[in-house]
Amino acid sequence: MTTTPHTHAPDAGDVEPDRAGEPDGQRTVDETDVTVMDPYATYEGAQEMRSRSEISATELLRESGAVLRLSEAAAAELSEATAGSEDETMIINMGPQHPSTHGVLRLMLELKGEEVLRTKPIIGYLHTGMEKTAEELTYLQGTTNTTRMDYLSPMFNELVFALATEELLGVADEMPARATWIRMFMCELNRIASHLLFFATNGMDMASTTSMIFGIRERDALLRFFEQVSGLRMNHNYIRVGGVAADLPDGWQEGVSAILDTLERKLVEHDELFSGQPIWHGRSQGVGIIGPEAAVALGATGPTLRATGVPWDLRRDDPYLAYDEVDFDVIVGTHGDTFDRYAVRMSEIRESIRIARQCIEGMPAGDWRIQDKKVTPPPRARIDESMEALIHHFKIFTEGFRVPEGEVYVAVESPRGELGCYLVSDGSAKPYRMHIRGPSFVNIQTLPHLMKGGLMADAVAVISSIDPVMGEVDR
Amino acid sequence: MSEAGAAEDAVAPAAPPEPERRHGALVSRSRGQVVLHAERDTYLDVVDALQGEGFNLCSDLTCVDHLTFGAGRLVPEGVHLERFEVVVNLTAIKLRERVRIRVQVPESDPTMPSLFARYPGTEAMEREVFDMFGIVFDEHPDLSRILMPEDWEGHPLRKDDGVGRIVVQFKGTRRGAAPVSERSPAATRRADRG
Repeated sequence: MTTTPHTHAPDAGDVEPDRAGEPDGQRTVDETDVTVMDPYATYEGAQEMRSRSEISATELLRESGAVLRLSEAAAAELSEATAGSEDETMIINMGPQHPSTHGVLRLMLELKGEEVLRTKPIIGYLHTGMEKTAEELTYLQGTTNTTRMDYLSPMFNELVFALATEELLGVADEMPARATWIRMFMCELNRIASHLLFFATNGMDMASTTSMIFGIRERDALLRFFEQVSGLRMNHNYIRVGGVAADLPDGWQEGVSAILDTLERKLVEHDELFSGQPIWHGRSQGVGIIGPEAAVALGATGPTLRATGVPWDLRRDDPYLAYDEVDFDVIVGTHGDTFDRYAVRMSEIRESIRIARQCIEGMPAGDWRIQDKKVTPPPRARIDESMEALIHHFKIFTEGFRVPEGEVYVAVESPRGELGCYLVSDGSAKPYRMHIRGPSFVNIQTLPHLMKGGLMADAVAVISSIDPVMGEVDR
Repeated sequence: MSEAGAAEDAVAPAAPPEPERRHGALVSRSRGQVVLHAERDTYLDVVDALQGEGFNLCSDLTCVDHLTFGAGRLVPEGVHLERFEVVVNLTAIKLRERVRIRVQVPESDPTMPSLFARYPGTEAMEREVFDMFGIVFDEHPDLSRILMPEDWEGHPLRKDDGVGRIVVQFKGTRRGAAPVSERSPAATRRADRG
């Protein structure tokens, strides 16, 4: 093998010469077959962390994670604590290609020995302009786009876009109860799947391959169910404007009940193996602490915020779908450390199981999408026998449907926090502007705060305790 | 809020005696959601007043470029429309309430006061708006690009920044790289080997 750093070379340079980046640069020295890395290949100028001598004291405080207005005494204490000559510290780069940064998150860390003094997340390596793409897609195609943002909780991304569009269309009140309950049911299963993957990766980052295997094994049962329902394990495009893509398959109650029963048994096993273990506690308790004021000020939501003790869950506090008709508890932590964020998510799995069980029992009969000819395509069987139905179907899928002018912001509680969609319509069949408020994008800002004063080895555990998904951060 | 909930429709055409205002900003309803149309000069005062009311979480800060959909916007009378519109969504956790602020920003002077001192969480959001729309936030501590590469030209989410018009080039790429057929045999071999 050659010394090229990229492992999927066969078509990387040939098919897309524009995107080849570094490999293309290396070809200039092909004859000697010596790989020369361009040290500035990923240089991001002003986005990067600068050394202490280049920045002012206030900037230093801010970069250290002290983003809140501090009292003078606290500020003086902090600047003393972080003071030191530049010879003792060094700035190192972690990512964007690093196995434990959960995608292409790049962190610049200022270290003093093992201690992390400052952290700066640098993002954008997965930016594909999905908000711009959304302006080119019809509302019907919109969910295929948004489902790919947070690829670990695709249902929520579809849901928030569909809810915003329905709000603009003014059809939100016509939604059949079954459609609402199917949406809620699928979202809760998706929350379980997402939290299980968090469990897997969080454990892996703390060097427990057992939790990785366990988490992924349990999640897979749910993904198989998603495949039965939507045809795809991920990026389902199942929740669509006007309802869902299809009814739940026959015998879904038994299938899901079996999955949930197994999962509940396994969760007890996980608690024995991890939650109560002194090693697990040692790695996560007291690591990466954030207080409630700081978390709110930084805009953190979801388990990151709830672990600090702020009981803010949109399912309860700003109810959407039918969450006001089911029983569940909002889980909060007390210390706001890595262990609390883990514990909140583990308990949320149990709450989601509770909600899913209530959905199985209380699932109403009836339509699973709005019977509004403007929005809903005709049933498949009618297309075969009616020319009008075929034309109707064709029109909806090629031209889409027009959405009245207006703007709306809709938010749902995704596994990572508040997932919002700001939608502006100019009256055409495509959104004029679609903005997704990604919870990971905002939550990542807490990293400098969480890592300050911690150890380099804990940094890895702290990153995964935020559970960022870069697809959503960069969009 | 009781004062905000008093009038159901602020932009009713039937000659309302006094347009509804909250902290000096004109109020409208969009699909039942409260929208405050703050002037750029009084934007910070409105935010301060709302923060005093208990809006302690800045959920979202984004921008819309109204280049091609300018006149049709639904705003109460008295709002002077401009090309850009910065949209801020604030949440009051205790009151379980949301409010949206829309601020008109002219194309000739695309600047805004930063909310960083009030809501530190807006740091990344304001950088994103700067990156995508070119709105400059005064007193923002670190106004650099966040999603695009540092040397990118233009602001992608502006309506006059077309899709597919720009060849995607990343740093380190030689412009006009040789096509596959013209590559040296060594390069082809290496690509074949993977």
